[in-house]
Amino acid sequence: MEMHDANGDTRRTAPNGAPEDRENVFEVRGLTKVYDMGEVQVHALRGVDLDLYDSELVVLLGASGSGKSTLLNILGGLDTATDGSVRYEGWDLTRATERELTRYRRHHVGFIFQFYNLIPSLTARENVAIVTEIADDPMTPDEALEVVGLGDRSDHFPAQLSGGQQQRVAIARAIAKRPAVLLCDEPTGALDSETGIIVLDALDRVNRELGTTTVVITHNVEQSKIAERVIYLRDGQVETVKVNEHRKAPKELEW
Amino acid sequence: MLLAALNALDRKVLRNLWEMRGQVIAIALVMLSGVATFVMALSTIDSLEQTRERYYQDYRFAEVFAPLVRAPERVAEQIREIPGVSQVQTRVTALVNLSVPGYTEPVSGQLLSIPDDGRPALNQLYLEEGRRLTPGRDDEVILSDIFAEAQDLQPGDSISAVINGRRKQLTVVGVALSPEYIFQIKPGALLPAPERFGILWMGRTPLGTAQDMEGAFNNVTLTLAPGADEDAVIDRLDALLAPYGGQSAHGRDLQPSHNYLSEELRQLRGTATVIPTIFLAVAAFLLNIVISRLINTQRTQIAAMKAFGYSNVAVGVHYLKLVLVIVVIGSIVGSVVGVWMGIELGELYLTFYRFPYLDYVLEPSVLAIALLVSAGAALAGTLYAIRKAVTLPPAVAMRPAPPALYRETLVERLGLKRWFSQPTRMIVRQLQRRPTKALLTVVGVAAASAILVLGQFSGDSIDYMLQIQFDRAQREDLTVSFTDPASAQALYEVQGLRGVTYGEPFRSVPVRLRNGHRTHRTAIQGLPSEARLHRILDENQEPITIPPEGMLLTDYLAELLDVQPGDELTAEVLEGRRPERTVAVAGLVKEYTGVSAYMTVDGVNRLMQEGHLISGLYLAADARYRQEILQSLQERPRVADVTAQEDAVASFIESWAETILTFTFIITLLAGIIAFGVVYNSARISLSERSRELASLRVLGFTRGEISYILLGELAILTLIAVPLGLVAGWLGSAGVAEAMATEMFRIPVVIDRSTFALAALAVLVAAAISGLIVRRRLDHLDLIDVLKTRE
Ligand SMILES: Nc1ncnc2c1ncn2[C@@H]1O[C@H](COP(=O)(O)OP(=O)(O)OP(=O)(O)O)[C@@H](O)[C@H]1O
Ligand SMILES: [Mg+2]
Repeated sequence: MEMHDANGDTRRTAPNGAPEDRENVFEVRGLTKVYDMGEVQVHALRGVDLDLYDSELVVLLGASGSGKSTLLNILGGLDTATDGSVRYEGWDLTRATERELTRYRRHHVGFIFQFYNLIPSLTARENVAIVTEIADDPMTPDEALEVVGLGDRSDHFPAQLSGGQQQRVAIARAIAKRPAVLLCDEPTGALDSETGIIVLDALDRVNRELGTTTVVITHNVEQSKIAERVIYLRDGQVETVKVNEHRKAPKELEW
Repeated sequence: MLLAALNALDRKVLRNLWEMRGQVIAIALVMLSGVATFVMALSTIDSLEQTRERYYQDYRFAEVFAPLVRAPERVAEQIREIPGVSQVQTRVTALVNLSVPGYTEPVSGQLLSIPDDGRPALNQLYLEEGRRLTPGRDDEVILSDIFAEAQDLQPGDSISAVINGRRKQLTVVGVALSPEYIFQIKPGALLPAPERFGILWMGRTPLGTAQDMEGAFNNVTLTLAPGADEDAVIDRLDALLAPYGGQSAHGRDLQPSHNYLSEELRQLRGTATVIPTIFLAVAAFLLNIVISRLINTQRTQIAAMKAFGYSNVAVGVHYLKLVLVIVVIGSIVGSVVGVWMGIELGELYLTFYRFPYLDYVLEPSVLAIALLVSAGAALAGTLYAIRKAVTLPPAVAMRPAPPALYRETLVERLGLKRWFSQPTRMIVRQLQRRPTKALLTVVGVAAASAILVLGQFSGDSIDYMLQIQFDRAQREDLTVSFTDPASAQALYEVQGLRGVTYGEPFRSVPVRLRNGHRTHRTAIQGLPSEARLHRILDENQEPITIPPEGMLLTDYLAELLDVQPGDELTAEVLEGRRPERTVAVAGLVKEYTGVSAYMTVDGVNRLMQEGHLISGLYLAADARYRQEILQSLQERPRVADVTAQEDAVASFIESWAETILTFTFIITLLAGIIAFGVVYNSARISLSERSRELASLRVLGFTRGEISYILLGELAILTLIAVPLGLVAGWLGSAGVAEAMATEMFRIPVVIDRSTFALAALAVLVAAAISGLIVRRRLDHLDLIDVLKTRE
């Protein structure tokens, strides 16, 4: 599994909605997730079929409880599937051992959560460094912070940063290892719109400049305009996939 | 269902307890250990003291004891007339050599007369087996039970004794106990040796006849009238008996059996305070960190409860109940365990201290105090946290706790930072942010190591003491004492025996040493100035040459008398012509047992204004001829007693080995519980505080091992700091204990083997590692998604 290099040139889209000249990064087939709660079984995912392509930015939309987070967690190797398969560059994630999943997260995936999840005892730079120390070919922490526009705050502890700044540190931390995919679960969920736009802008820049395949979960339909493709989930299944003709820059959004 | 009967808040108490059951158990165990030790020690003390008191009364234990040389029976009348004297019992005593069929080692016996009717007025016998003495028979004896048991002697068996130079065949008719010999040890001996020393009771007439003491006595015991002044009676008695060789009377405080048991009880009382205090302090600390953490995580719940209209008091009581449930579990189970251990300990004491009965006494007050003290400790540990939670306004509580503030630590600012990986920085910053918790963890773990050292140290010290005593100082194989001072000629006679390779004389006289108002009764030992067998040592354990003039004192005696080398003291001899002299202190001697003064044999002879007399001999003997030598010595009329050195030690160690092993096991267990409780709780709290960041790291691709390092590394650092501190504390504590336990009889040197330190460190590290592993298992099952889903 090779790291993908940055290439931020223009893209064309094939008729089926898939970017035509790109390799497929994830191949999801019949993905099922059942939470066994003893007396009841919760079917979070009921046979999801989906392909995600190199360097694209995808937004996942869907009602609360539709299975967005579950899907994202399985893609990121945080959770295991009940049935079906997920291939990452041809390698079957659903059969991986715990150790392999850890390696996968370590070298290929970047995560961003609604609640930043920074390490309170480390400064911004150190929060990034904690990842670069264990990655194969990382940026320096300062480079990563520069990408999200926080070069001047690198010596601050999380408690000394605003929510938006913390989220940008989280983005810097996620991209510093030059991951192949960036998975974001409601990254702006806890932020006001202005700050949210700054965060989305950071994600957009990363996607364009580094070519990182990016999946963003949001409840905000307006935000989906920054995506190349928008995937609608409903009751644990893919309802529709919409291709945006014009990908908007986050600065152009209004909500 | 029980649960249904409880109101919602009480159900929450039970659920909370269940959720943190691991920690509850750990804390309850620590508390239980403290309570159990407390109940065990105090109930044993109560049992022994009350049993002893009852035994003393029922069997009329005397209050004043006076040995003398010989006084006519009519003197007893004069004794009775001393104001304050209640009952008087005169008797004849003799220290004799015994032969037990089938046992080749030397055995000594203390013969004590009882009136011919078999009913002494004082120090009455509890006849355990057999029958009383038959008046008119002159060959019957009753044996002390511990001796009979050790030698497997029963009524009907016969033994022989050399009384006043004549061998006499004696028939055992009974086995008995006496309040005078609850603890039985040969006068002057360091260690008890039940099979080598026994008490024999014999009729007054036959013993008097054999000892040439018809119509006379050489020992008197008495009881005091209520309100009598013991010291005044003793002074009058001394004055009265002086012409009859009275060697100064004494009260129960100097009576060996009473003294030993009192000392034992005193030590047990120390155990009853020190150990439970440590345990309860640790329990209070654990409760503090656990409850503080619980309240922290339940901040918003508390706010909600108050928003619903629960009062501050109701919320406070809710958390107090949680604490009290733990206290109740700890003290009830602890009391039960303590009672069981108390009964066992009582049984154990009966192997060394002989009572006709042992009433197990459990004062309700002991249980009440145990409960109150544990509750008090628990409240002291938690009240502050609970108060803080209760008084928080709901609006403030509703918001999550303000974010923790971290800073770079001193070590990092000193420039070490670049050597630290981010996980290491997390560890040191966490330590800095919670210094109290870190400190208390260190103190707790250190306490565990200290307890282990303390528990082992007496064993190490006794080993050392025995080794010094028997390898460096008392190197003789046999000690022979004469009935009366003999001429130096005796040495040559005995040295002539086949197998005796070397012999040394000694001259021993009782004295009272005086410096101003400080006085002390002891013996002056006259020894050859450069002894080869019975040597005296300086503080470096090197033999000392006794100077021709002046006297050497045991360091402890010099302290008692407040004298230093160069000072002078008055020596008042309590034997013979009773001369009184001023003697210079020429130097000090290091000794762990007894308090003695040393001079050359010539020096003592000069002091006594006597010729060249000796009291006995130290002999080195070829083991092959040992039996032969013993036999021929025991046949000699003027030999009062022969003691063999070596096996006394072996038999002592054997009898104590089991006790010491049990004790060590219990101490190790207790200390292990503390170490485990402290480390486990500390780790659980850290886990709960940091599960979020650890989960984040897992998401970032850190392995289980790597995140364990962050959590357990913190504990490892604290443990590694704590263990050496604990070992030092244990060493200091041992010195304190040695100091507190020092008596005239016994002073324990502070000697701690390296293996003890190693074992203490190892036990604590193992306990810490076990708790670390348990937490590690939880870490492996950390639910990444669940933790990250919510804002803390
Ligand atoms: N650990 C779990 N145990 C049981 N059921 C779960 C668990 N996690 C999720 N579910 C269930 O699976 C379904 C999908 O949950 P998921 O979190 O993926 O939804 P979502 O689309 O992310 O919703 P939201 O927009 O509210 O975050 C829901 O019905 C949820 O209740
Ligand atoms: Mg979700």
